[in-house]
Amino acid sequence: MSKGTFDVKVGLAEMLKGGVIMDVTNSDQAKIAEDAGACAVMALERIPSDIRRDGGISRMSDPEMINGIQNAVTIPVMAKCRIGHFAEAQVLETLEIDFIDESEVLTPADEHNHIWKHNFKVPFVCGCRDLGEALRRISEGAAMIRTKGEAGSGNIVEAVRHMRTVMNGIKRITQLDEEELVAESKSIGAPLSLIQQVSKLGKLPVPNFAAGGIATPADASLMMQLGAESVFVGSGIFKSDDPKARAKAVVEATTHFEDPKIIAKASTGLKKAMKGLDMSEIPQEERLQERGW
Amino acid sequence: MIKVGVLELQGNFSMHHKILQNIGIKSVAVKKSSQLIGIDGLVIPGGESTTMSLLIQTFNMYESLVDFGQSHPVLGTCAGLILMSKTTDDKRIKPLGLVDIHIQRNAYGRQIESRTEKIKFNFSNQYQLVLPATIIRAPIIKEMNRNLKVIGIYDNRPVAILSGHHLCLSFHPELNGINIFHRVLFDKECKVYYKNINEHYVA
Repeated sequence: MSKGTFDVKVGLAEMLKGGVIMDVTNSDQAKIAEDAGACAVMALERIPSDIRRDGGISRMSDPEMINGIQNAVTIPVMAKCRIGHFAEAQVLETLEIDFIDESEVLTPADEHNHIWKHNFKVPFVCGCRDLGEALRRISEGAAMIRTKGEAGSGNIVEAVRHMRTVMNGIKRITQLDEEELVAESKSIGAPLSLIQQVSKLGKLPVPNFAAGGIATPADASLMMQLGAESVFVGSGIFKSDDPKARAKAVVEATTHFEDPKIIAKASTGLKKAMKGLDMSEIPQEERLQERGW
Repeated sequence: MIKVGVLELQGNFSMHHKILQNIGIKSVAVKKSSQLIGIDGLVIPGGESTTMSLLIQTFNMYESLVDFGQSHPVLGTCAGLILMSKTTDDKRIKPLGLVDIHIQRNAYGRQIESRTEKIKFNFSNQYQLVLPATIIRAPIIKEMNRNLKVIGIYDNRPVAILSGHHLCLSFHPELNGINIFHRVLFDKECKVYYKNINEHYVA
């Protein structure tokens, strides 16, 4: 019997495709998310837009709160640990969390090193802004990749930039000769073996999801059409005026992302989306996407 | 050439398309009832059964999936198995009732209990295979009609059941690139095609 192998970790990521993973801060929100059709929830103490507003150090959530959410729903429960904080990850594994997000949304614990995720039986998801970053995380053992976007901004522009950059990086290396792949490996700072694999597959070797700034059904559709295989919605649901209806609408839009009639229907009659921030309102040093490398 | 649909509401549908294409079967997406017209069979993939059951109802697909399933081959893996069952332990799920089994969801525990295991599959007296089977937060078949054909057993529970033209699996052959289960249901040339091995099959 083999538990916790890389294939078993990627297996769960595969099951989450075509769905919506929602940030929740308590068991009531978790139930709302599940009833709306979320395929997983992310348990965290404060959603990104509140972290941004409150400042201070942002850490792994209280195990009691995580347990409460685990007991409230039957869908997979994810939780975040700080970049490089493998002790937080060990705690989350002991809590039998289904997926760990080594996340730039929390305050990084190590400015040089991400967690060596192969040491864990529980799968990890990590954020990225480009192909090199995605492949570095996969080489460390990430079983799922998501765009970083700009968490808590309600602004899709960064997630679009990151997804397009990753997809362009993939397209580019499918065109390169074998010798050019070696130079590419050096220039984007990613292992040659993974570059060769992506060049052959034409896609990442693990599922590729979108996150960071998704606030509307059309945002979800946009990210899916750009190549995302699922979407994470953070502040977008529970910072809106109508979490239940919006959660359901985003789920419907993700399934039927290529059908504008269904997106139109799902978008109809929703109350206000979260207010959101223009990127010019977020100083460079406060951008969460700059955390990690 | 036969055409098989893959239910694409949520879940691991892409790997089923790949398996079907690898065995020379045309595969198409099914997201609406109208897409059930003109296909010869259906795969219901793994994913979250609560999500899939909700979307089946939201998009008014329940009746047409039941009708389709009563007259066509259907393969279900994991969440697909849950949806094909008669009853489950979760009242939020409205199963299609195609196979006379009762399901307990997430019966092995959380992801940390997910695993790959070698299992012996008994397709017929002449045809047996030992294959890796990957279970991901898997359900168990808690009770079943005794007339159904059990193809595989793990941990004293059936994990692969053939019931007429319905094949349901609690594991994921698609994750290990295994195509024999798809061939049993959709490939007439397969020597263990369901009509050849199902003692109780009535055409």
